[in-house]
Amino acid sequence: MSTSNKTAGHIVVVGAGMVAHRFIESLLTRSDAPWQITLIGEESRLPYDRVGLTSFFSGTTADELTLERHHLEDPRVALVTGDPVVRVDRKAKTVHTAARSEFAYDTLVLATGSYAARPAVDGADLPGCFVYRTIDDLVSLTDFVEARRAQLGRPLVGKVVGGGLLGLEAAGALQGLDVDCTVVHSGTHLMSAQIDRAGGEVLGRLISQRGIDVRTESRTTRLDADRTGQVAGLEFRDGSWEEADVVVFTVGVRPNDRLAREAMLECEPRGGVLIDDACRTSDDAIFAIGEVANFDGRCVGLVAPGYTMAEVAADRLLGGEATFPGYDESTKLKLSGVDVASFGDAMATSPGALDVVYTDPVGGVYKKLVMSDDASTLLGGILVGDASAYGSLRPLVGSPLGADPAAYLMPEGGVEAPTGDLPDEAIVCSCSSVTAGRIRGAVHEDGCADAGEVKACTKAGATCGSCFVTVKKIVGKELASLGKAVSDALCEHFDMSRRQLFDAISVSGLTTFSAIIDRFGRGRGCDVCKPTIASILSGLVGEHVLEGETATLQDTNDHVMANMQKDGSYSVVPRMPGGEVTPEGLIVIGEVAKEFGLYTKLTGGQRIDMFGARLEQLPLVWKRLVDAGFESGQAYGKSLRTVKSCVGSTWCRYGVLDSVGMAVRLELRYRGLRSPHKLKLGVSGCARECAEARGKDVGVIATENGWNMYVGGNGGFTPRHAQLLAEGLDDDGLIRAIDRFFMYYIRTADRLQRTAPWVEELEGGLDGLREVIFDDSLGIADDLDRSMDKHVGTYEDEWAATLKDPDKLSRFHSFVNAPDTPDPSLAYVLERGQVRPASDEEKESGSVMIAGTTLEVRR
Amino acid sequence: MTTIGDAAATAQTTWVRVCALDDLTVERGRAALIGDTQIALFRLVDGTVRAVSNYDPYGLAHVLSRGIVGSKAFTDGSEVPTIASPLHKQAWDLRTGAVVETQGKDERHIAVHPVAVDDGQVLIKWKAA
Ligand code: SRM
Ligand SMILES: Cc1cc2nc3c(=O)[nH]c(=O)nc-3n(C[C@H](O)[C@H](O)[C@H](O)COP(=O)(O)OP(=O)(O)OC[C@H]3O[C@@H](n4cnc5c(N)ncnc54)[C@H](O)[C@@H]3O)c2cc1C
Ligand code: SF4
Ligand code: FES
Repeated sequence: MSTSNKTAGHIVVVGAGMVAHRFIESLLTRSDAPWQITLIGEESRLPYDRVGLTSFFSGTTADELTLERHHLEDPRVALVTGDPVVRVDRKAKTVHTAARSEFAYDTLVLATGSYAARPAVDGADLPGCFVYRTIDDLVSLTDFVEARRAQLGRPLVGKVVGGGLLGLEAAGALQGLDVDCTVVHSGTHLMSAQIDRAGGEVLGRLISQRGIDVRTESRTTRLDADRTGQVAGLEFRDGSWEEADVVVFTVGVRPNDRLAREAMLECEPRGGVLIDDACRTSDDAIFAIGEVANFDGRCVGLVAPGYTMAEVAADRLLGGEATFPGYDESTKLKLSGVDVASFGDAMATSPGALDVVYTDPVGGVYKKLVMSDDASTLLGGILVGDASAYGSLRPLVGSPLGADPAAYLMPEGGVEAPTGDLPDEAIVCSCSSVTAGRIRGAVHEDGCADAGEVKACTKAGATCGSCFVTVKKIVGKELASLGKAVSDALCEHFDMSRRQLFDAISVSGLTTFSAIIDRFGRGRGCDVCKPTIASILSGLVGEHVLEGETATLQDTNDHVMANMQKDGSYSVVPRMPGGEVTPEGLIVIGEVAKEFGLYTKLTGGQRIDMFGARLEQLPLVWKRLVDAGFESGQAYGKSLRTVKSCVGSTWCRYGVLDSVGMAVRLELRYRGLRSPHKLKLGVSGCARECAEARGKDVGVIATENGWNMYVGGNGGFTPRHAQLLAEGLDDDGLIRAIDRFFMYYIRTADRLQRTAPWVEELEGGLDGLREVIFDDSLGIADDLDRSMDKHVGTYEDEWAATLKDPDKLSRFHSFVNAPDTPDPSLAYVLERGQVRPASDEEKESGSVMIAGTTLEVRR
Repeated sequence: MTTIGDAAATAQTTWVRVCALDDLTVERGRAALIGDTQIALFRLVDGTVRAVSNYDPYGLAHVLSRGIVGSKAFTDGSEVPTIASPLHKQAWDLRTGAVVETQGKDERHIAVHPVAVDDGQVLIKWKAA
């Protein structure tokens, strides 16, 4: 370490919290030197007692919570409040605030504390959802509860998500506001970070007796709003749902270490600015103290260790040699009527530690002392129901204590779950049973540098692939936390994201893959960038999928305009707009399926799928279908799939508008539209929603006042309900809005990003989207309209066009030297009166219908 | 219809004509049948033709001729032409048959067959069983 800074200099302290306050107090009381201290805080208040925050509800005013002002009024201190520091320039030794002030420092002290996390689930930001960290949080919580109670005219139902120390405190506070309150905890028992399960169970009963319900092992998966947009309830992982008028999240805190990361100070990947035992960061001129500091791999959310750090830092500035001894994590719950404390090695993690337990379940008492392996020295303990001994026992930690040899058990290490991220133990990939923790480990310990490597290393995402987006997200976050850039490169051939590539192709006017890769990429492409460019070109140029070089870019499904099945045969799905089909149409489908021996089933998209067609049969099948007036259903491409409809006003006794008519109109308008991922719509004739429209990318629901339009719904791996974008639209207004929504999505989404995650990540959220679509805030509405008009104007059925072109038909030859010989490896067996691919054993036993689905190949 | 490969008669290595070079599209595969064996043929931008087994050892179906042709660069700067399976996107080096992308599975390589182009005709070196 460099020269100790005995000569006073300019000290800038960032963050005006409890620990910063202690630091200044300590420095100024211990020295008369002409320090120049600038304290910069984000909150627009003087430093206050956060630990005592909850007393705000019992009448303590914000003013009374304010910490001792004496030292802040010292002429050597300059105070800036309500203005966060946004950047540290280590070279120039300056900090910069949001209001564009600049302060030079000789020594910088980071005391930015933590922020309260919200779980990363839908609806966590709804009005009525709060965190519990600042005076401002509490003011808005109180205001909301009062207003909401007046609005509903009944007592409120509240949920506190997170059953740690803070959660229980918050639950007590809500109860004080006359809210009927439940604590929801993802762990097996309350306060699982501090106390063991047995203690947690006793605590659970005490809390219930105090009139607060407890729900453990419940992870919140979604929060829903009512018609007014305010929170109305929560869904849990097991699918159950509970109402809530107000929700407080106490799911953990995260260090405010962004400034430090951006200034390239060494930070712990999981959060916190790394410090040595002098509280110095990797830059000698910068200290970090309090909750933001990470010592020995951990940040601790308690004030006492923060105060110790403040003392150490002050001592070092004065030339001393003080060191931070490590964390003391003793705590006591501040909830009246419920006594809980834990101290020392409460979880008995020391090697050979012994537990001495006393329980009285009826009286609601659980006491555990953790002793050294020879049962002589007190290492720690847990006190539930009666913590009166806390004050006397805690100081004895590390000293001998007479103890009787009582029953001893190894308590389970409780896992404090929730932060906004998936907890380490959450299974991300169900196929290979890979947890979030394992994925993070692959980045940290195994040095994987991208999601692909993590996949190879852990098998997460290697099977069905549906978890891969989540895997990528976690990997991205971990890489970012290591300070590594997360590449949004499409693949090894293009450094650009899909969106950048879209713009590049559009501006350059290039129309062939070779020209594009020469100019913007390298190599000869792959199964990622080729189909992506095919999709972009289809929007910009609008050629047939099999035109020229573009044909070579397509996935096999687009290349032969059918869906490849496991054995290499294909399925055929004719379009049935809105799910409507005539009896004649049904008869033709029946005849075709029968003639070619195809397995048939109804799809989840209101149409009919025929399976088992061989490559060389596809044109023959389609000739029949096209002649009968069918066209391609594009069940293959990343393009419009189906518009699902319900019965609607033409037949249904409840229908208010013609949902089938609108569904048909929409399907015919958007058919063939290529996009970053598939697109699905639904139209329901009334609020009963029989078409499940809100599970679609665009859901349309009829009302007395016109169509309501919802966007960003999804089934599949991560189901989401579509959100209301606009109400009471007329037919043309609805269509314009969908036109713009789709075109904007097509231009800006990532590869394989459905509209649901796209909407979620949009800057400005739904409001921003409304502005783009209805107020033309980006000035692109005309352009979007023109693109869609062009698509609609140039649409032609891919199959009808292919059948007219002998050149294109040659692609359907099974073998270049035997154009209509069936793949000799195909084999089928009968099941429930139809064919299915034979299993390997069945093939070996020979009991199968060999060589394809028909006895004779037709020409 | 021309069926090739009544090769059982000559149990030695021969060159078998499969098709004309013009029957192949640049960077889009075609399947060929020699006896009962399915082969996937690829014509690359540099003019070479490659032949590999049509069988996807992961997806267990004869589909490789219907995959996407591309390239893969290695850290040493070398770049190889590849074919990615249309089933689960594993990819192989078209010159050697070595798997270059396993999608997290174990390594399974594929057979390659020597190819010659003579007078506009594509020939495959064939060793009859
Ligand atoms: C045929 C069908 C199942 C059926 O027999 O009912 C089906 C079959 C396939 N679905 Fe599906 N999905 C079918 C309706 C659905 C639905 C229901 C719906 O559309 O109402 C969903 C949930 C709704 C949604 O998309 O949000 C659905 C969600 C998926 C997903 C997950 C998408 C997601 O965003 O998480 C995939 C995987 C993907 O696309 O990446 C998928 C992928 C697939 C693929 C393409 C898998 C594949 O790569 O082989 C299957 C193609 C089989 C084939 O060759 O035809 N399929 N799939 C349905 C076709 C409907 C149609 O008429 O076109
Ligand atoms: C309700 C409640 C009860 C608690 N009870 C206990 C308890 O019983 N026992 C216990 O030990 N601990 C308790 N704690 C935790 C304790 O309050 C914290 O450990 C302590 O406040 C940490 O102090 P700090 O200065 O490190 O961070 P903070 O007090 O959080 O202060 C950091 C300050 O920095 C500001 N800041 C952040 N970034 C910037 C920036 N870029 N520029 C400027 N300013 C910035 C923040 O706005 C904040 O004001 C409780 C906390 C809460 C919320
Ligand atoms: S959504 Fe309404 S109109 Fe449609 S079928 Fe149901 S009840 Fe009838
Ligand atoms: S859930 Fe991960 S690969 Fe299927």
